[in-house]
Amino acid sequence: MRKTTLIACGLAASLLGIGAAASQEGAAQGDTSKMRIALTDGFSSNSWEQSAWNSWNAVADQAVKDGVIKEQKIITGNDDPVQQITQLQNLVLEGFNAIAIDAASPTALNGGIKDACDAGIVVVVYDSLATEPCAIKLKVDYHDYGVQETEYLAKKLGGKGNILEIRGVAGSQVDIDISAGINDTLKKYPDLKKVGTVYGNWDGTITQKQVGTILPTLPQVDGVVGQGGDGFGAYQAFKAAGRQIPTIVMGNRQDELALWKEMKANGYETYSISSMPGMSTIAFWIAQQVLAGKKVPNTVNVPLLAIHDDTLDAWLAATAVGTAASPHYTKDDAVALMDASAAGKSGSDLPQPKVPQ
Amino acid sequence: MNGRASLISRVGNGISSLGAARFGLALIALALILLFVFWLRPNMASYNGLRLLLNLSPVLVFTALAQMFVMTAGDIDLGVGTFVGLIDCIAAGLLNEQPVTGVALLVACPIAYSLIGALIHLRQLPSIVVTLGASFVWLGVALTVLPMPGGTVPAALTELVRLRPPLVPMPIVLTLVPMVAAHLILNKMSYGVVLRGIGGSLAAVERAGRSTLRARITLYGLAGICGLCAGLCLAATTTTGDANVGRGLTLVSIGAVIIGGGEFVGGIVSPIGTVFGALIMLLSGSLLSFASVPPAWQYSIQGAILLVILALRIVSWRPKAA
Repeated sequence: MRKTTLIACGLAASLLGIGAAASQEGAAQGDTSKMRIALTDGFSSNSWEQSAWNSWNAVADQAVKDGVIKEQKIITGNDDPVQQITQLQNLVLEGFNAIAIDAASPTALNGGIKDACDAGIVVVVYDSLATEPCAIKLKVDYHDYGVQETEYLAKKLGGKGNILEIRGVAGSQVDIDISAGINDTLKKYPDLKKVGTVYGNWDGTITQKQVGTILPTLPQVDGVVGQGGDGFGAYQAFKAAGRQIPTIVMGNRQDELALWKEMKANGYETYSISSMPGMSTIAFWIAQQVLAGKKVPNTVNVPLLAIHDDTLDAWLAATAVGTAASPHYTKDDAVALMDASAAGKSGSDLPQPKVPQ
Repeated sequence: MNGRASLISRVGNGISSLGAARFGLALIALALILLFVFWLRPNMASYNGLRLLLNLSPVLVFTALAQMFVMTAGDIDLGVGTFVGLIDCIAAGLLNEQPVTGVALLVACPIAYSLIGALIHLRQLPSIVVTLGASFVWLGVALTVLPMPGGTVPAALTELVRLRPPLVPMPIVLTLVPMVAAHLILNKMSYGVVLRGIGGSLAAVERAGRSTLRARITLYGLAGICGLCAGLCLAATTTTGDANVGRGLTLVSIGAVIIGGGEFVGGIVSPIGTVFGALIMLLSGSLLSFASVPPAWQYSIQGAILLVILALRIVSWRPKAA
């Protein structure tokens, strides 16, 4: 199916004298109106995944309505790789042309992904990646996440103060990368002292408990770096202990942004950063573009979403309670990202997410 | 008229001698789910369709049978999922590079399982606590063998599950063989009476002069062997190892035994029903995805399907049992 489209595209292009579709920029125009694209998410519904599904549905349903594709579908899992393998196989059996995957295991789906690729199906993995080489990967630079938030704190505190680090889920790749970014940056500032580390599991309630437990043993804390989803819990713990509220880097969840806005009225300053759940829609457009005949690099770099003082109100207004801030990607924005990756750009050189109007 | 009646009664007797009353409901539910799947996706009713649709059924079937053997003794195994993950890690992490160590570990695993059975029996420990503890041991060993997900599974193993026997697809062969074997062991062999007996009435088995310790060790050993087969099938299907891959299997396996007509009190299980139960657990998810049920509803509807089967079982069972 995909091959035929490619050949058809190539033929059409050469007939028009534009040249073959080798390293073209911009969106491919191949006909995908008879194609079907599915998403299988191996994780259960926390607020990040919920946001990812909402974004996907908004974008993919519109694409179906506009006749860009014929059908879209989401299947969700239960943090269970075995179940997700079955889902993947079912999607292959149902004849979907492209499948986007948030993988519940970095390796368990590899066999299924290979089978899908061999059957000519486009596979795009995002967020939690699978290692199978034939899948196109949406890569977020989590090391840079740690670097950026620590640099912010260093600047804000004048390179001097006590730092508390809140980590994510122990042993996960995302946690290892962000923490490495934080600690690599801290080495640059000898007067920034890390006074404690807790594991908050990217969860407000757990963070609050963990920070509350360690606080009595800590000296004055001037800054808190986290991994998203933990800022609100950290604030509650400091408040409950009657301690001075340090500069807490927020993580784009609605509760964190709302808290920040509330404290901003009293002169509190911070900033917020996290990965975007809406990258599921980038995965959608990559799938569509490959089907349309575009040559997409095997790894597409995805920027982080940083929210500053001046963009807080706009992002907070666009973020529903219980979700995380994220743009829905349009086809053009996603294509710009693919082209930037193809040109070797990453991190802050990439086109940044657009602030909602 | 007479002839037909006697034929029907003979068939009826044959089915009920298999213990059909126990798994009848599971059989009907499975048939209905399959019919729905074929109606929604007619191309599934082919050799290739069934092969892919049931690709993972051997993993679920072996895990459910492992759980069933433990539940025969009146116990519950909370470690079977991580045990399957451990086998998966050994197969992917060791078999290629250090085949001797790998095979030795694989052989040791079911033996360790029967030792757990002995421990539970001799010390009269609650199986839930012991197997929960064991699950952490399995996870620890699995992470030692394969700290990061990855590794490669020997090609021979992968080829085995990809075999294409004539007429019957490989996953169905790997489903039927253990089902028949477990049925023969528990319901046809005379020792099966002893095995089921220790779950039903320990005292009666002891009075009959049979070793209850040996019976429990046998049941746990059988569970270990089934867990071993499940892990090997999983490794062969995924072609890599991951220590956390089996964590969802434990509860699914308990569900499969109960849906298939088994009970928590011990001694009352049905191998055939358990296999049907495992297939129901597998296919109900596929059915919902074929039917394009919205994601938020998928969990609750899958749960509702299981609850309906259980409710029907209670309704259809109580009068006959009285």
